[in-house]
Amino acid sequence: MSTTTAIKAKQRPGDRVFSGSAVFAGSMILVTLAAVAIFLIVQSIPAFFADSEDASILPANFWEYVGPLVFGTVWAATLALIMAVPVSIGIALFISHYAPRRLASVLGYIVDLLAAVPSVVFGLWGIGVLAPAIQPIYSWLVENVGWFPLFAGPVSGTGRTILTAGIVLAVMVLPIMTAICREVFLQTPVLHEEAALALGATRWEMIRTAVLPFGRSGIISASVLGLGRALGETMAVAMVLSASGAVTFQLLTSVNPSTIAANIALSFPEAYGMNVNVLIATGLILFIVTFVVNAFARWIVSRRKEFSGAN
Amino acid sequence: MTTTTKPEAPTAGPIENSLTAGRLPTPAPWIILGAAIAVGLAIFGVLALAGGEFNWGGAIVVGALLYIPSIWLFSLLVEGRRRAMDRLVTALVTGAFVLAMIPLISLTITVVTYGVARFDAEFFSSSMRNVTGEGGGVLHAIVGTLLITGAAAIISIPIGLMTSIYLVEYGRGRLARGITFLVDVMTGIPSIVAGLFAYALFSIFLGPGTRTGIAGSVSLAVLMIPVVVRSSEEMLRLVPNELREAAYALGVPKWLTIVKVVLPTSIAGITTGITLAIARVIGETAPLLIAAGFTASMNYNLFDGRMSSLPVFVYTQYANQGNPPEAYLDRAWAAALTLILIVMALNLIARLVARFFAPKFGR
Repeated sequence: MSTTTAIKAKQRPGDRVFSGSAVFAGSMILVTLAAVAIFLIVQSIPAFFADSEDASILPANFWEYVGPLVFGTVWAATLALIMAVPVSIGIALFISHYAPRRLASVLGYIVDLLAAVPSVVFGLWGIGVLAPAIQPIYSWLVENVGWFPLFAGPVSGTGRTILTAGIVLAVMVLPIMTAICREVFLQTPVLHEEAALALGATRWEMIRTAVLPFGRSGIISASVLGLGRALGETMAVAMVLSASGAVTFQLLTSVNPSTIAANIALSFPEAYGMNVNVLIATGLILFIVTFVVNAFARWIVSRRKEFSGAN
Repeated sequence: MTTTTKPEAPTAGPIENSLTAGRLPTPAPWIILGAAIAVGLAIFGVLALAGGEFNWGGAIVVGALLYIPSIWLFSLLVEGRRRAMDRLVTALVTGAFVLAMIPLISLTITVVTYGVARFDAEFFSSSMRNVTGEGGGVLHAIVGTLLITGAAAIISIPIGLMTSIYLVEYGRGRLARGITFLVDVMTGIPSIVAGLFAYALFSIFLGPGTRTGIAGSVSLAVLMIPVVVRSSEEMLRLVPNELREAAYALGVPKWLTIVKVVLPTSIAGITTGITLAIARVIGETAPLLIAAGFTASMNYNLFDGRMSSLPVFVYTQYANQGNPPEAYLDRAWAAALTLILIVMALNLIARLVARFFAPKFGR
């Protein structure tokens, strides 16, 4: 620090109160996060040792109950990421390097509008519009590509499958991923880009040789942050997915795994007794998973300070 | 063709120019796009003649899908492999943007068309008390949303703002780094986990099954604090150091410098950030479903009894459909429209504040 040798300013009472309250507020963040962990753990300890006699929603013990849910959560989020990563890179490139300069910020704002739509509205839209519209495509896929294990039949009549939920999730994580990718792509040193162009590269070759290598860590952290969002997204999945709790990779049938978050939202309002503790325990597992995923993403981001997905 | 009479040639095409030779003319991509969509329309026209109605969406999608390989093919024939790749990527990147616009446009159209059916005076002036079929309204949910979100804002704005002041003005060393990291991680807490936390907190102290408005506010505050911290922190860092140094040089204490110089300079940005944070949590459904529950009656007391909110109202109207189901779905869509209008209004206010109250003289 450069001010260590400077004369210390006089500490007035106002200063003490103000700096004290600032430190207090900062510590509240630590306290809150610790409280979230502690209260969830306290409430879920009984559930870890419960069996079907204690809690009516358990098939045998807790781990057999939570296993399919964890699978469904990871599977739905993976599907969403597979769709969202290429599209968000494409949008980010379009806004940063293809769209006319004057339009770019407006287009970015329009993409951000997607983030402003509440998840419950996405859920309504998924059931009312997306699922009926996409069901004929599912039928076609099952009829013609049904030999491919993922597309095995029988096709769901409503279209409310894990793939539809994945599409809705992909739309919901697009804005944050696009925002991060866009920021990184815009930070590419202009000299690198101009050097590539001056050597006769086409725009795509310039992007491939200058922009994408520079933005690789940004793309990775955007994907991991998107994964964190997709893992925890609740209402859209709860409404769109018609879940049966099975463990299956098939995308188009009416037998679908549920996700932790959606299962909590659907079961919690009617839960009582030990069932509440079981659901809170599944929430604790979701909290741990997303905490690890987010911490990993932040670790990648923190190696490059200037961008973050918080706004 | 003879070269001597070239300028007077009757079939004067564009003059050969070595810089544009071997390139597709400028309007070519648009012509190819038009042709591709025309082919798509023709295909679905034939299908429509064979039976059923004309599928506009399918025609446009097929046309767009046809455009991508055909621009590549044309460019490959005229311009060569490298430019063809460039054109292909341009088409794909533009396509990605258009693809993302489809859900946004479709969602807007759907919510508006379904939502206007019940977007009337009765909807905004009555609750759902004793309503089983048609009629009823959303007043109790609007009141609940305003109270719960307002309480969440009252909790999180002081904490968030002071934390950001700590990080910018005071924070050094390990505590500040830890807080920065945890705030970042906190932005990723799933909303339903925040709801479970508030539920667990209140049921430990007030007995199991407690669902009150204030519990919902606490869960929203957990989601809102990190957003407020991040946006305020960014705005405070934008304040030029010269302003602080000028104040110190005049002998102003540090806390007064912050209150009278730093905060007024950045107040527009901070307001924008807070408004966006409110817009973000006002649409949260899952935590309120868990922590605040839902009810059909008016409830003005945050500390007593369950409290409805707009997003939860949308969900319960959809999930617990009665007879006739259309009445419930209409109410769900109308409430969704109301919610989207509120969120959009907040976003608009935030942008306007940012534009018109940005510091010009560092008042």
